[in-house]
Amino acid sequence: MTAKKHSVGEHLRDQGVSRRAFLKFCTASASLLALSPGLIPALAAALEQARRPSVIWLSFQECTGCTESLTRSHAPTVEDLILEMISLDYHHTLQAAAGEAAEAAREQAMKDNFGQYLLIVDGSLPGPDANPGYSTIAGVSNYAMLMEAVEGAAAVIAVGTCAAFGGLPEAAPNPTGAVAVMDLIKDKPLVNVSGCPPVPMVITGVLAHYLAFGRLPELDEYHRPLAFFGQSIHDRCYRRPFYDKGLFAETFDDEGARAGWCLYRLGCKGPSTYNACATMRWNSGTSWPIEAGHPCLGCSEPRFWDAGSFYAPLSVPTGLSSNQVLTAGAAGVLVGGTVATLARRTVETAAVSRQPVTADELEQTL
Amino acid sequence: MTALADPMGFLLFTKGPLFNIAIAIFALGLAARLAEILLLGRRPNFAEPRAGEWLPGLRTVVTRTLPDPGTFKRAPFNVLTGLIWHLGFLVALLLFIPHIELIKGLFGISWPGLPNPFVDLVTAVTLVALAATLVHRLTHPVKQRLSTIEDYLVWAVTFLVVLTGYLAYNRLINPYPLALGLHILTAELFLIILPFTKLTHIFTAFIARWYNGASFGRRGVQS
Amino acid sequence: MSALSSIPIRVQSMSHGTANCGNAVPILHEVRHALERLIATGEGTQIDLNAIPFGPEDEAHLLAVLGVGEVRATIDALGPTHVQETAIPGVWLIDYRITEDQRLALHLDIGDIPEILRTQRQDLDTALTTLDARLTSAKDRAQFEY
Repeated sequence: MTAKKHSVGEHLRDQGVSRRAFLKFCTASASLLALSPGLIPALAAALEQARRPSVIWLSFQECTGCTESLTRSHAPTVEDLILEMISLDYHHTLQAAAGEAAEAAREQAMKDNFGQYLLIVDGSLPGPDANPGYSTIAGVSNYAMLMEAVEGAAAVIAVGTCAAFGGLPEAAPNPTGAVAVMDLIKDKPLVNVSGCPPVPMVITGVLAHYLAFGRLPELDEYHRPLAFFGQSIHDRCYRRPFYDKGLFAETFDDEGARAGWCLYRLGCKGPSTYNACATMRWNSGTSWPIEAGHPCLGCSEPRFWDAGSFYAPLSVPTGLSSNQVLTAGAAGVLVGGTVATLARRTVETAAVSRQPVTADELEQTL
Repeated sequence: MTALADPMGFLLFTKGPLFNIAIAIFALGLAARLAEILLLGRRPNFAEPRAGEWLPGLRTVVTRTLPDPGTFKRAPFNVLTGLIWHLGFLVALLLFIPHIELIKGLFGISWPGLPNPFVDLVTAVTLVALAATLVHRLTHPVKQRLSTIEDYLVWAVTFLVVLTGYLAYNRLINPYPLALGLHILTAELFLIILPFTKLTHIFTAFIARWYNGASFGRRGVQS
Repeated sequence: MSALSSIPIRVQSMSHGTANCGNAVPILHEVRHALERLIATGEGTQIDLNAIPFGPEDEAHLLAVLGVGEVRATIDALGPTHVQETAIPGVWLIDYRITEDQRLALHLDIGDIPEILRTQRQDLDTALTTLDARLTSAKDRAQFEY
């Protein structure tokens, strides 16, 4: 199952795909990559020359939601075309082979494409200092498998918030000592496609970009592709005009909620969340959480599980109760009372020990 | 992912542990100051009161808050910019919806807010007025000599709270978690220094005004 | 089921104002600029409507303003692509779909004619061979019939 060294253009012509169909595919890919439609001719030229890369997909401490997201990707034709253009040589959930045959396929692909293959990781993994027994595949610890696989990888794509930032396994108290892929891999090109799960088209979009341009896309400081994570949910939200007008839903069933007003007061994390949901949407472009009336959870951001209640507005501090404020206040009253008492006592002792002096006596001292 | 190393870690630190510390120092410090002032009280006055205390006290709270024509004529700039930025600060602090949510989250009480663009405009005016007060303080010969380090510290912290809030709302610092974190951080600095600087006047000014009025009233003097 | 049906559900009718289509108007202005550019320099513009944060009523509002023009064409390649001239000459709506009738992309094309309608030079390479092959087979058939 080695990668066929066909270019994408040849591959498509062999399959009888017309130029118009190819242009259409490029249009869909450009839309996916959030490229300006003016760049479609350049994309077409690049894709025409692209070669099919070998891909190894490792699944560690994950729930398979990311794979579900990808395989439910809208537009099966385009997704098929993109997946056609890569050679998915190992994915232990999707591949037919199991057990030793599967691991053999992985080792073969790694050997044949050393230095060339794309490594996709979903799920976090117990760090080098943690008990490796929390997650193993075929008796091999996640850490050992990742380190072995990364050696010959051209680039690493961490898919999902768990792989990108540690996600749920890493949430406090992090019993398995889970770490993110980027905590371990420092010397390879790495892209994080965060989200719980990520928008499926973003996963394919990164693959399309890699295919078209032979390198990973431009990244933000969290190593996320700027094309998809460059703007916040809030900035691209169709409910933004309501935020600007100060029109907010205050419960899930008030007039404001029915009228589709801003969900900030219901805990929407859109202002601090960077993702493509607002434009790419979910379920074949049908809708997305905010359009369905639910505030954004901020699932594509680091530590979103530990960022306080999903339903507390962004401005509300995490984990503070008014009791603490009252306790501190009571302590303050105590301190103030003590200071006042001490001050009063100083005045009283001064009054007791006061020695009246007359003007004549003062003059005598001169 | 270690905390504080990135914008989201920074935001969560300012919203979590640091906020707890700041609010504890603020509550403790302010309660101590107020308890001290109120417990110390005043010397008992054995003279027969000539009139009530409460009404004149409350009246003075109002009259000393509103600028009187004489003061205005003498120092129009001080009165005007002072009034503008104090009002602007209060509007932004108490009527911006995310702030109302914060108070609601802490104490469970809330009130209606103003539309965001209005608060935004008020904040911009407040920033200009605050900048003007600094320029005035730096150029006015008397103010220049009167000013202490504390004055400049309090001005800087107040200005930074408003400025970072303005930048965060208008998303002029990116990424947003960094902008919001900076705003919360400066607000926490404000809370921490409040009980130990002249910022305490936020809570003591009205007590002092009431006391003045009450004292006048008791003696039958118009205030 | 009684528990479920006891939940009162009120279906809210969509408002007909511009409350939910705050993002259609800026796009219409962008179209206007593109038209001016087309008239002045002949340069076309494509706008990817998928990249615009549209609310539920934005698209309907946009399409209602643009209206329906004289030309309508369907391209059958990798699923249907519907090309529709709007009531504004020079403004085309291109709806790229896959065979399951799901939308891939929705473009506004401001120009003389959308690129995808033109015959592609690359396909012309096969034009002569295809025609020759058909001519040959037609000749064969003709000979066979005599």
